[in-house]
Amino acid sequence: MSTIMNTVEEFVETMEPQGKSVADSEQGYHTVGEFSIAEPRISCRHVNVFYGEKQALFDINLDIGQRQVIALIGPSGCGKSTFLRCLNRMNDIIEGCRVEGKIQLDNQDIYSKDMDPVILRARVGMVFQKPNPFPKSIYDNVAYGPRIHGLASNRTELDEIVETSLKRAGLWKEVRDRLDHPATGLSGGQQQRLCIARAIAVEPEVVLMDEPCSALDPIATATIEQLIDELRERYTIVIVTHSMQQAARVSQRTAYFHLGKLIEVGQTSRIFTNPRHPLTEDYITGRFG
Amino acid sequence: MNNDANQTLEIVKSGLARRRRRETRFRWYGRIAIFIAMAFLALLLFSILARGISAFQQTYIAVDVYLNPEELAPPTPEHLGKVDFEGLIRQSLRETFPEVTGRRQKRALYRLVSSSAAYELRDWVLQHPDQLGKAVTIWVLAGSDVDMYMKGAVDVSVPEDQRRLKDDQIRWIEQLRQQGRLDLRFNKVFFLNGDSREPEQAGILVAFKGSLYMMIVTLALSFPLGIAAAIYLEEFAPKKNFWVDMVEININNLAAVPSIVFGLLGLAVFLGYFGLPRSTPLVGGLTLTLMTLPTVIIASRAALTAVPPSIREAALGVGASRTQTVFHHVLPLAMPGMLTGAIIGMARALGETAPLLMIGMVAFIVDPPQGLLDPATALPVQIYLWADSPERGFVERTSAAIIVLLVFLGLMNLLAVLLRRRLEKRW
Amino acid sequence: MQPDTLIWILLALSALAFYLGRNRAIQASSGHIRNLHSLPTYYGYFVALWCGLPALVILCLWLLFDDKLILQMVISQLPESWRNLPEDQLSLIINQIHNLVAGETGRQEVDPALQRAADHYRQLKAIGYQALTVLVLVIATASLTYGYRHVSPQMRARNSVEKVVRFTLILSSTLAIFVTIGIVLSVLFEAVRFFSKIPVTEFLFGLKWSPQMAIRADQVGASGAFGFIPLLTGTLLISAIAMAVATPIGLLAAIYLSEYAKSRTRSIVKPLLEVLAGVPTVVYGFFAALVVAPLLRDFGIELGLKVSAESALAAGLVMGVMIIPFVSSLTDDALTAVPRSLREGAYGLGATQAETITGVVLPAALPGIVSGLLLAVSRAIGETMIVVMAAGMTAKLTLNPLESVTTITVQIVALLVGDQEFDSPKTLAAFALGLTLFLITLALNLVALHVVRKFREQYE
Repeated sequence: MSTIMNTVEEFVETMEPQGKSVADSEQGYHTVGEFSIAEPRISCRHVNVFYGEKQALFDINLDIGQRQVIALIGPSGCGKSTFLRCLNRMNDIIEGCRVEGKIQLDNQDIYSKDMDPVILRARVGMVFQKPNPFPKSIYDNVAYGPRIHGLASNRTELDEIVETSLKRAGLWKEVRDRLDHPATGLSGGQQQRLCIARAIAVEPEVVLMDEPCSALDPIATATIEQLIDELRERYTIVIVTHSMQQAARVSQRTAYFHLGKLIEVGQTSRIFTNPRHPLTEDYITGRFG
Repeated sequence: MNNDANQTLEIVKSGLARRRRRETRFRWYGRIAIFIAMAFLALLLFSILARGISAFQQTYIAVDVYLNPEELAPPTPEHLGKVDFEGLIRQSLRETFPEVTGRRQKRALYRLVSSSAAYELRDWVLQHPDQLGKAVTIWVLAGSDVDMYMKGAVDVSVPEDQRRLKDDQIRWIEQLRQQGRLDLRFNKVFFLNGDSREPEQAGILVAFKGSLYMMIVTLALSFPLGIAAAIYLEEFAPKKNFWVDMVEININNLAAVPSIVFGLLGLAVFLGYFGLPRSTPLVGGLTLTLMTLPTVIIASRAALTAVPPSIREAALGVGASRTQTVFHHVLPLAMPGMLTGAIIGMARALGETAPLLMIGMVAFIVDPPQGLLDPATALPVQIYLWADSPERGFVERTSAAIIVLLVFLGLMNLLAVLLRRRLEKRW
Repeated sequence: MQPDTLIWILLALSALAFYLGRNRAIQASSGHIRNLHSLPTYYGYFVALWCGLPALVILCLWLLFDDKLILQMVISQLPESWRNLPEDQLSLIINQIHNLVAGETGRQEVDPALQRAADHYRQLKAIGYQALTVLVLVIATASLTYGYRHVSPQMRARNSVEKVVRFTLILSSTLAIFVTIGIVLSVLFEAVRFFSKIPVTEFLFGLKWSPQMAIRADQVGASGAFGFIPLLTGTLLISAIAMAVATPIGLLAAIYLSEYAKSRTRSIVKPLLEVLAGVPTVVYGFFAALVVAPLLRDFGIELGLKVSAESALAAGLVMGVMIIPFVSSLTDDALTAVPRSLREGAYGLGATQAETITGVVLPAALPGIVSGLLLAVSRAIGETMIVVMAAGMTAKLTLNPLESVTTITVQIVALLVGDQEFDSPKTLAAFALGLTLFLITLALNLVALHVVRKFREQYE
């Protein structure tokens, strides 16, 4: 009995100092690893997010580079999705949400007065956790973005955009004969690829993906992961995932969030083989999740 | 930055101003729509209030009478019933205006006083037998035209032959007013009288009591029945059963059936088949019960579904039967919601008119009903009846009756809102 | 004994039965309630139900049918010459008898035969009540004894009581079906009698409506015309005006409130809209007749238009105002049923809020909105008081909103309010109109309910 108690105490002791370093110093913690890079596409400095009274993100500093995939990982409720939604101001539509700090896209502050969220979101597209095709035809889904932004001056151009987008999303072959069918009739994986096609039809520079595979089966997940790898050639991709394997497979850089704080960031290969922060290590080795 | 993206950005930017304008315009459409709806509400309430508020006061006129003991003794109801009190009042008026001669002028003079003045005088004498032999001044109801004039509702610029109040009468009224013999007082008559042909004597008591009795019948029937039906459908009924489906469709459809159809049902079944007496609160209440039942059922079901299933599981888990679970645990928790639904249903029933017209509650009734089987009207029906009368005095009273009705509806809804608040706090 | 005293006695007996049953159960448990199958109160309920229910059922049945029976017996004793009178005149005599029984003699001399009949009626009624009292009391005591004897520790009192409770619940829930059947039958019977006098085709396709018929058979002239088309066009005209007012305002208001307005604005405007919904229709009718119609007429004079005092426009306009909250609350429901993820999908593509609403949210909510509008139309068609007070009486076949038209509901009221005989085509026509109204609204409601059910399933 006493030996068990001893081991527990030991364990608690080993945990405590690290726990303190994160939990106690509200602002003054340091992100382990190289959060800043040369020529960043998006650069975030001292980002704090509040939902009403509750603070959801604490002093996040992170750069996101050109044409690479960065994965945001961490246990659920750690703020990774909140952070993602800051990048195209999707948090604006949530009542009581407040964002502090500076987020720059190509050296432009996206939270400044003269940045229109409409333009921002045209540049920073988004794919959501659950496939959310509009209850319209497949064609109309992909064409919706180009239509509202006036990207095509005639029907032929629009057809072209729809076709390229579907091709890039790897869906063209499957749906080209039934473009006028309702999108809700597609399978889950197809729906999610349709949503990706819909997002890239606007020619964004950055694509945000919020756990895009969490609602899908393994085969559909594999297809999407492959797609993400291909899309990297044209777009900067930020992907939130709670599957470490997925992060390891698709991303070049990985950022680990814990309780609203960015604990560690670095090359994916390095993070997964040699995590420096104990929390990261615990997470990766599966002690909690 | 790649070229495609750059180009896209330019296009998006160029269209932005136009899209932002559209956005603003769209927002304004919504604001305008709300403004129009609110403006209508304001106009409605204001026009009713402006017309009706004056009806809560009524003009009384002072008459001097000498209570001659030779004529009036003994002051018993039997004896006083035979006395010509009208003559006494007319005599008093003639004495106040000795210059008035001629039949027509005299008749115009008599019209300053309501025809009920004689009865008021008689009742007064009955209550004050000790005043016999004295000359007293008592206040009686003035005629409706005088009342309207006192409230500033008579347009004097209209040529004399086109208005009810003639120049002579106006002169007399002014004279009386200067003598302090005319006074606007709180309108008790409006709350204590039944219907009348004379606006100044008409009141809402019959309608009020009729509505009250009907609400009692409706509540006593529709609340237990509605709750029972809701409990069965939510807690006991098998899912996906043909009969249960039929019941649901019927309830939902009945909630949208025009109220007048329920009136036809009441007419054919309660009056025609069962031979219940016409114009009675019982029949009205029964008809309104059928009409409100769907509302009560739907609200009660919503209240039941709002009770979390964990409560049922907990009760079943300690070995309570399903009936016990429902009556001991689920029902008390759902009660506020059910009450809210019942009150809202009652409020709708209280304002309902059309079915009551069908079952003959449109009669002209002076005496307040003493029970469920006495003829009566209802507040909304009284409003409908008075709205048909062209006299200015009735317009005022119609609006006042509407104000009373709206106040009651407001109170009921307030009660419902408060109950709903309490309910929401619970979970 | 009067039935109401009888009911009180019955209740008292049942209360007594409750105590008897409970005490017997406690005694039978020999001091340990655990020995009983159910709690003692259930035995109490069990005996009380046995005592009260059968007697109450008998009492109700008696009260439902005694009038008819007694009346038959009285009629059979009437003089030969009266019994052979046509139905409507016979009912007049029966009415007089009823009045005599109720003590409303009036001033004129009463026919001795009538007086005899009334006395007979009174006598029968008295005998009936005596018999009823004996019957009810005997049944109550007998069944009480039966129930009491049955109380034993093994008896499943709770299950029996719960069975009765459940049966009562089922009965209450089927009431809705009975009401529907009642509506259909009551209007159908009279409507069929109407159609036996006036052909269906004439009713459905006739272009002229003037129900004023000769009051007595020997009166000359005035044979009514019962063409339903002018009423239908009138109804549809007013409903169309109402919908033209209510649809845009209700829709836009709902959109603004659910998508744009801050929660503070919402918390003020929504209750106000509910006030608009809570105003009784008779008040709207008064408002239409007294405020809106004169306003429109004055406005028409300014423009050089002739606006009727009872124009379809005034009634339709006010009806539209009445329906606004109805449309807006149903639209609101439909909009909130659209999942958030669809909105986010559109925002994520850079759509403005207006584009999201018109391009994504509204199309997704369309079935819900459409069914809401259908229900609103059904309500407009069935609305009575506004049109009774603000629309006209004469059936004119016109689509001019400035003229006066009449509606189905107005005619039902006009035909049934006031003096009526139960058999004339005039009265029966009201039921035919009622049937038509019921069928039209039923169709609209069923379609709407179906659409909304499908819509809900889509997002659940």
